[in-house]
Amino acid sequence: MYTDCVMDHFNNPRNMGEVEGYNAEGTVGNAKCGDIMRMTMRIEDGVVKDVMFKTFGCGAAVATSSIATEMVKGKTVEEALALTNKAVVEALEGLPPQKMHCSVLAEEAIKAAIASYREKTPDLT
Amino acid sequence: MFVYCDNAATTPICKPALDAMLPWLETGYGNASGFYKKAREAKKALEGARRTAASCLGVAPEALYFTSGGTESDNWALKGACEAGGHIAVSAVEHHAVLHTAQYLKKRGHPLSVVPVDGDGLIHAETLVKALRPDTAIVSVIYANNEIGTVQPVAGLARAVKEYSKKILFHTDAIQAAGHIPLDISKDIDMLSLSAHKFGGPKGVGALYIKADVKLPPLLHGGGHERGKRSTTENVAGAAGLAAALDYMCQNRDNFARRTASLRDKLVEGILSAVPYSSLTGSREYRLPGNASFVFAAVEGESLVLQLDLMGVAASSGSACSSAALDPSHVLLAIGLPHEKAHGSLRLTVGHENTEEEIDYVIQSVKTAVERCRNMSPLWDAKKGEPLHVH
Repeated sequence: MYTDCVMDHFNNPRNMGEVEGYNAEGTVGNAKCGDIMRMTMRIEDGVVKDVMFKTFGCGAAVATSSIATEMVKGKTVEEALALTNKAVVEALEGLPPQKMHCSVLAEEAIKAAIASYREKTPDLT
Repeated sequence: MFVYCDNAATTPICKPALDAMLPWLETGYGNASGFYKKAREAKKALEGARRTAASCLGVAPEALYFTSGGTESDNWALKGACEAGGHIAVSAVEHHAVLHTAQYLKKRGHPLSVVPVDGDGLIHAETLVKALRPDTAIVSVIYANNEIGTVQPVAGLARAVKEYSKKILFHTDAIQAAGHIPLDISKDIDMLSLSAHKFGGPKGVGALYIKADVKLPPLLHGGGHERGKRSTTENVAGAAGLAAALDYMCQNRDNFARRTASLRDKLVEGILSAVPYSSLTGSREYRLPGNASFVFAAVEGESLVLQLDLMGVAASSGSACSSAALDPSHVLLAIGLPHEKAHGSLRLTVGHENTEEEIDYVIQSVKTAVERCRNMSPLWDAKKGEPLHVH
């Protein structure tokens, strides 16, 4: 049911863990629904220098988190904010219909992390 | 290494079943309703299969009808029993084949009661009787649960229903139980469903036992096969496979059940001691010999199944993160697990063909898979080695 790309990201998740000394953190989803995504970032000079994820969820949730970190790493905050769930799904070469919400979660996690950074450091954004 | 631990999903076909089927797939292709020799031979094989299967179950051959599988049998029993209207009562731990059929019938105007179970997944007679009404047409209770393996006191439940009213039909979905444990098909049981591929037979064939005095209208109309009860050209090879597999299981049942239960116990003890924050779901005492089902804190079941697949272990989960509603299995919720725990479920179902060595490998694989999932989980404190949010 999953594409080879999804399975590749599940088997070899990219950027899994927590960024040391992170200055941005976003957690979305809830355990009741079976999906929680946590993204940590180090943002410097308006650029996402480093980003890592931790995910409690199904194969699709892990794969979308993994690929989303790859898609925003090294990008400006504005570029990262422009990442859509649709782009994540396309990059994974598709997701089963009932798993589309996982890609939404990945988009939300990135937006939540950046929002936390902007809250803490309003002058720098 | 590949280890098959999903015998509740389906079983490998056993040699006696395959051997019994092949002649009817090769040269014995005659339509069992015809008059020529090839047809008569097919008919003879079909009726022989019916007698064999009936004898294994201890019922009259005339009371056994071949179907396309467990789901059809369940649909037939429920839809047929309340054709003239009436209330339906089913347990909260039914398979979807019963539960979704009952919910469909509810939409068609039949009142439906879903009877709760206790923490082990057991239905109590007094709870069941409380749900009954003067207009109840049918009660359906799963003989042994497909997810947590809990075996119900079916004969006692059927008796309690009949004591309330002789007019109510009692059906049991014995799809996980048949061939694996002795079935107590008492006079109070009106209908019983089974499916061949759950006990070493082929897919696409099952049976419905209908007690002689029960008038169940057909689900399929047509050429009048199965004594007018179930039309469609008879699946002779399928029936032969079902009968041979059931016979093989029944002949060896004590031996197989003892062996399977000992492998299961090794698996349960091994996993509970190797994996912290793990627990068994379902009853320890009233349990199918092959079922070992667990929940693991801070882990999501589908991920766990995919991790195990990477290590060559075939298992399943009731996490049902795949369901549109994002709800975990109704069975795990019915035994009182909160959503967040129910998402971390794993079902390993062993068979008599598994080996001790395989069980050792599965225990190690589960330990590794859970560690990998927890390492990735924002709900797990890796430093302390405990869940961050214990619900």
